[in-house]
Amino acid sequence: MSHAVAEAVAGRFPQHLLGQHAQVGDETLTIARDGLLEVARFLKSDPAMAFDMPIDVTAVDYLDYPDHVGPRIHVVVHLYSTSKKHRVRLHVPVDLGDCQVPSLYPVWRGTEWFEREVWDMYGVRFTGHPDLRRILLYEGFVGHPLRKDYPLRGYQPLVPVAHLDDRAEDPKLKNVDLNPRPVEGAR
Amino acid sequence: MRGAQLEHVPHTPDGFGFQDDPLHSSTMTLNMGPSHPAMHGTVKMTLELDGETIRDLDIDIGYLHRGFEIMCEQATWTQVLPYTDRLNYVSSFCNNVGYCLAVEKLLDIDVTPRCKWIRMIACEVARIADHLTAISAGALELGAFTPMLYGMKAREELYALTEMLCGARLTTAYTRIGGLRWDLPEGFEERWRHCERSLAENLADVDTMLTRNRIFVDRMAGTGVIGPELAVELGFTGPFLRSTGFEYDVRKAHPYLLYDQVDFDIPLGHKGDNYDRFLVRFEEVGQSVKIINQCFKRIEPGPVNIDDWRIVLPPKDQVYNTIEGMIAHFKLIMEGIQVPAGEVYGYTEAANGELGFYIVSSGVGRPYRLHCRPPCFALMQGLKGMMLNRQLADIIPTFDTINMVGGEIDR
Repeated sequence: MSHAVAEAVAGRFPQHLLGQHAQVGDETLTIARDGLLEVARFLKSDPAMAFDMPIDVTAVDYLDYPDHVGPRIHVVVHLYSTSKKHRVRLHVPVDLGDCQVPSLYPVWRGTEWFEREVWDMYGVRFTGHPDLRRILLYEGFVGHPLRKDYPLRGYQPLVPVAHLDDRAEDPKLKNVDLNPRPVEGAR
Repeated sequence: MRGAQLEHVPHTPDGFGFQDDPLHSSTMTLNMGPSHPAMHGTVKMTLELDGETIRDLDIDIGYLHRGFEIMCEQATWTQVLPYTDRLNYVSSFCNNVGYCLAVEKLLDIDVTPRCKWIRMIACEVARIADHLTAISAGALELGAFTPMLYGMKAREELYALTEMLCGARLTTAYTRIGGLRWDLPEGFEERWRHCERSLAENLADVDTMLTRNRIFVDRMAGTGVIGPELAVELGFTGPFLRSTGFEYDVRKAHPYLLYDQVDFDIPLGHKGDNYDRFLVRFEEVGQSVKIINQCFKRIEPGPVNIDDWRIVLPPKDQVYNTIEGMIAHFKLIMEGIQVPAGEVYGYTEAANGELGFYIVSSGVGRPYRLHCRPPCFALMQGLKGMMLNRQLADIIPTFDTINMVGGEIDR
């Protein structure tokens, strides 16, 4: 049952399929980055595939992995079909020099936060993502901590306190009273 | 000094940026959180309000981020277990079982039937505790204090039961890869009977106070509405997805342990609003009780651990008296379980939805990569869509029925 997905993708997009395996029953396809959106749209819209639920988007850094060949970072996408009850895992290898992948947000809106987390932790840019900001860490954090070459010990620089003048330029804060009335009796 | 400052204080509304708009209808930015009394969990929401209508909403999570995934990469496969307790700390058993099932899937082993029944009992106890928390904390935040006390009373009985099983109320770390820490203690079933009675009494009280309470229903019904198609596309699972009428429960769709051998129903809502989610959770508590009773009926004596010293620790008399036992113990503690190289995605139905563990092993005693897919992460990303152009007060019940747990979403 589960090999149907690999066969369908191999038959339709042989140029995008870089490899496949089905260890312990988890069907896995390695997809070239340039073909990702095309394959994703096919997986969602084809009635025999019908992958309507994005389960997870994450990444793996294969820097220290024994006998690993090819790009260091793989973006890993898990999909589930609620009608066919089958799952698939997509691997998308990304070169560190050109660390970006097309965002799956146009296909499944549910990948939005998961992609933000991958950007946060691995520094993979998702082109076409509507709001690619850090999610678990804060703006001003240096580095992407789940990469294997990120040091386990060390200090992050302190984040400067936003100056009132900077806040005044922020359109979101235009109604905020930047000069609050002093409290009676306060020094 | 004070006088000089006072000159800058705007005395007319013009100073607040209202001059272009004589009706004073500009929006107001409101920061809600990170520590807000009506929100359990540390999360910050920046709201753009037009009167009481939400025009924009930015959710800022990560206040409880502690690097769960990178910590797991430094620990042996067994040492990861206590970290999983801290994901959804209200229902730790579900996390323990989810993690162990994922590693066991990669090891390609099957645990003993007694172990499976006990794991199911533990999971369902945790699910009841989680649903009770969601229901009673939700009621509390809508101003109903007493149902919270009844809910917590029932939950405390369950935590006492948990403590009897593993010695801790929240941080259980009860399962092991290939089995359990130990078998059920004596008198456990009688204790569960006691819990069941107390649960029934307290739930009846909560039911009386909430289910037909006009104020409660007015706050819950018709708020936080979402349709099944959008919910699926956003990756919603668990009681939240089922409240929209969409039937997806991992225990039924892809049975693990022995869920295919017990008889239970999946409660479904039909409107996808907060009230439906309250009812779904309430009904699921009853179904979990039903599952636990069946487990106690079906469970038979037998070993709880598999007989493979490469995976589970040998019995202590073997460790102290035989060289084989000694070496197996030493290797397991020092080097960890040797999990074959490869990758696996293990998924279970935790209290909040599908809890997944994506694990990459390089064939040594530590995970090469461990990623947790927390169910409330997907739920929280849908909150903005559900709340736009709704009232500020609707955030509270919707956030409650999402049942965000900081330990799980922030990892």
